[in-house]
Amino acid sequence: MADVSAALGKDLVGLEPLSREQIQLILDTAEPFKEVSERQIKKVPALRGKTIVNLFFEASTRTRISFEFAEKRLSADTVNVAASGSSVSKGETLVDTARNLEAMRIDMVVIRHPASGAAQFLGNRIRSNVINAGDGKHEHPTQGLLDLLTLRDKFGKIEGLKVAICGDVLHSRVARSNIWGLTKLGAEVAVCGPATLLPRDIRELGVTVLPRIEEAIQWADALNVLRLQLERMQGGFIPSLREYNRVFGVTSERLDQAPKDLVILHPGPMNRGVEIDSDVADGPHSVILPQVTNGVAVRMAVLYLLAGGSPDWATASSRSDER
Amino acid sequence: MRPLLLKGGRVIDPSRGTDGIADVYLVDGRIEAVGMNITAPDAELIDAVGRVVAPGLIDLHVHLREPGQEELETVASGAMAAAAGGFSAVCAMPNTDPVTDNQAAVGFIVRQAMRAGKARVYPIGAISLGQKGQQLAEFGEMVGAGAVAVSDDGKPVVSSQLMRTALEYAQTFGIPVADHCEDPTLSAGGSMHEGLVSTRLGLKGIPAAAEEIMVARDIILAELTGGHIHLCHMSTRGSVALIRRAKENGLRVTAEATPHHFALTHARVEGYNTNAKMNPPLREEADREAIRQALKDGTIDVIASDHAPHHYDAKEREFDDAPNGIIGLETALSLALRELVGPGLLTLPELIDRMSTTAARIFHLPGGTLAVGAPADLVLFDPAARWVVEKNRIQSKSRNTPFMGETMPGIVELTLVDGQVVFRRAAAGS
Amino acid sequence: MPSPIRLLDDAALARALQRMALEIIERAGGTSRLVLVGIQRRGVQLAERLALLIERDHGTIRRGKLDITLYRDDLQAIGPRPVVGETSLPPDIDGAIVVIVDDVLFTGRTIRAALDEVADFGRPRQILLCELVDRGGRELPIHADIVGQSVTTGPGDHVDVRVKELDGEDGVYLVRGDG
Repeated sequence: MADVSAALGKDLVGLEPLSREQIQLILDTAEPFKEVSERQIKKVPALRGKTIVNLFFEASTRTRISFEFAEKRLSADTVNVAASGSSVSKGETLVDTARNLEAMRIDMVVIRHPASGAAQFLGNRIRSNVINAGDGKHEHPTQGLLDLLTLRDKFGKIEGLKVAICGDVLHSRVARSNIWGLTKLGAEVAVCGPATLLPRDIRELGVTVLPRIEEAIQWADALNVLRLQLERMQGGFIPSLREYNRVFGVTSERLDQAPKDLVILHPGPMNRGVEIDSDVADGPHSVILPQVTNGVAVRMAVLYLLAGGSPDWATASSRSDER
Repeated sequence: MRPLLLKGGRVIDPSRGTDGIADVYLVDGRIEAVGMNITAPDAELIDAVGRVVAPGLIDLHVHLREPGQEELETVASGAMAAAAGGFSAVCAMPNTDPVTDNQAAVGFIVRQAMRAGKARVYPIGAISLGQKGQQLAEFGEMVGAGAVAVSDDGKPVVSSQLMRTALEYAQTFGIPVADHCEDPTLSAGGSMHEGLVSTRLGLKGIPAAAEEIMVARDIILAELTGGHIHLCHMSTRGSVALIRRAKENGLRVTAEATPHHFALTHARVEGYNTNAKMNPPLREEADREAIRQALKDGTIDVIASDHAPHHYDAKEREFDDAPNGIIGLETALSLALRELVGPGLLTLPELIDRMSTTAARIFHLPGGTLAVGAPADLVLFDPAARWVVEKNRIQSKSRNTPFMGETMPGIVELTLVDGQVVFRRAAAGS
Repeated sequence: MPSPIRLLDDAALARALQRMALEIIERAGGTSRLVLVGIQRRGVQLAERLALLIERDHGTIRRGKLDITLYRDDLQAIGPRPVVGETSLPPDIDGAIVVIVDDVLFTGRTIRAALDEVADFGRPRQILLCELVDRGGRELPIHADIVGQSVTTGPGDHVDVRVKELDGEDGVYLVRGDG
């Protein structure tokens, strides 16, 4: 049997470095974990004795809780650390945090941080497995994976699927992870949003640009609707949230024009009435809640697959400072 | 001081257009003679066979961090690093702490350099007090104390009115105004070039337009005022095109480019390498190509390192938080040999011109020449010998360079200022 | 590499299963509370055949499947297996008589894992173990209640059970290792 943990590497920093096979492996492994969450006793002893730290430098209730459930359902011991923003602000630098974690012999770290590259920064400096729960605008791989799993559940496959990612792609790590995951699995990907919120070079990632939401609705099998943040308006990228909703909002009137039964995804949390209307979010096309369920399963799969490669602190020779 | 005789080297002097095997004889800190088979029985003999003898290199743009951040670099350590890199003179930018915007501050740097006794250090004074971009600094007093140019480098001069005033006023003293061309509203928050790599890495980019807009503005103001604008660290093909047209129109525009801008592209940032983070950022392949061509055809007049020391801890940070810049004095010549001369783009005399003769000319500095009677500022180097960039070979106090571990051609063996040896490479094996 | 010794051919395997089906009914005291749970992978096929045999003369028998990968005690040593098979048990196993069906009983660790997993689903009245082959070599105090064939083996040996549904043929083979 192939050494699976070696196949995924030590860390999950993003979907860009993964191959199609590796992504499929994670999705396939998530299936039995869905079943665990349906049991009365939602626990398996697979990661018993492993210590996992959730190191969140950005407030995030839903992702952190999802990871916490995944860890606990695998019988791991978890610790939540809420730390302050960047290295420059008061508090410990990321380097020192990394070294402290390693000194405490933590097996795995789940990190969310406002700086792009923070997960890789950490992964390069500690022996523990590092899982990226969102780094700046770079990637949010487990979100990308759970979106893929949800689409696969709905459509049976990803290959050939037409998925439009709608909204603030420029600032979105969810968008980037989705683009990597979907293109690697053979889907056709488009982005849709105001030009101020689309990166200039986005086409070079293998993605089409659709300037209007109506076109996306006509073309796609599924829409992944991104959250629009208030800061975008303050940053001058769009004139107002109201105009954004009028021009780009996913409303039921617009969905009624769709030629197919469109599936609607959203990474959450939603700005109801801005990028998506309530009746769409709560309606029959939406798979937003299945996304959440799949999130726990996917995270269990990732932790399970990486855990095989965890450092064995008991036998690892003590390494004096090599720097 | 004993006379020096450098024998049998390839003597390149772009100021007189000469390039050939010759001896160079130095007496009392000046060039006494350059010719074949010079005999000088009292002189200390230096074997220059197989090496190049050239006017000492001159770097118009370095940051020496003193006063204010002496842990990163001082005038003395920077002058030492310069000498090790083959430079007999450097110009030090004023974004120190406090800013070098008055005659006392300028005089301080001059004195620190004299005390160090290594490469010459010519201070550049600030354009505005505190580099705040509002009130003009005392150009006259600063020049009187030794400043050779003015600049607010580190920052752009945002106000066109201020730049106009500076260009006009500087003419009174015959000094260039050097500008760091960056439109801060376009570059705000950016940490690398805006392009495919920044999109993939999820980093906010700085578009080429941010530089080009200010280049265009500065050129227009140079035309308006008749002043001499010197454009610092050019990085884009658009800037090159603008400069070319300005020169065709006979405007007093000069420009410099750094070794990292003709050696690297934004691909170097992969993996969030903070030693590839600088301002202006590393750009695309086409921009690098344009910079090289511009150095060839003289659109860009000189190579200047923008030597920017930073602490290891400071660079050991998330990419967004890391400071901009890399050291460059000790790798500049080698990178130029590897990237420009090696592939046959520039000849060695053309390179020496861009790194010495023209630098002296455009900033009205002594040096850049081996004419008889000129100060004996020289460099002796072996263009073919190779060395590995390693921590313990670097004289600078800082080590922030992306070239660590790389093998490069060109070993500086001797650097002379006023006929004094300010740097001598230790013998092999030590 | 020595050639495999065939312990059971397809006819012998079928006869063994018939006998085992009768023993199950006898040990369970009837079929009213019976649940046959096959352990992935080949235990599942064997459980299905046993269930069909029992159903010839009795009513429908409840079945289940168990994948014990996530309960193994040696996960750290072997690393995670990518293919974690399906686990599904009927909803109310409290009070049931669960017969675990497995192909080869060796160290007993698979069964220990299976017992832990079943306990996470509920509290059966009784758990019985039914193995096609008992090859000895126990490392834990586990015993099989119903056995198709016993054989003595050494640690280097390998017992290979093949079923038509997965392997194209029915049979049990013994490959002697270097002991």
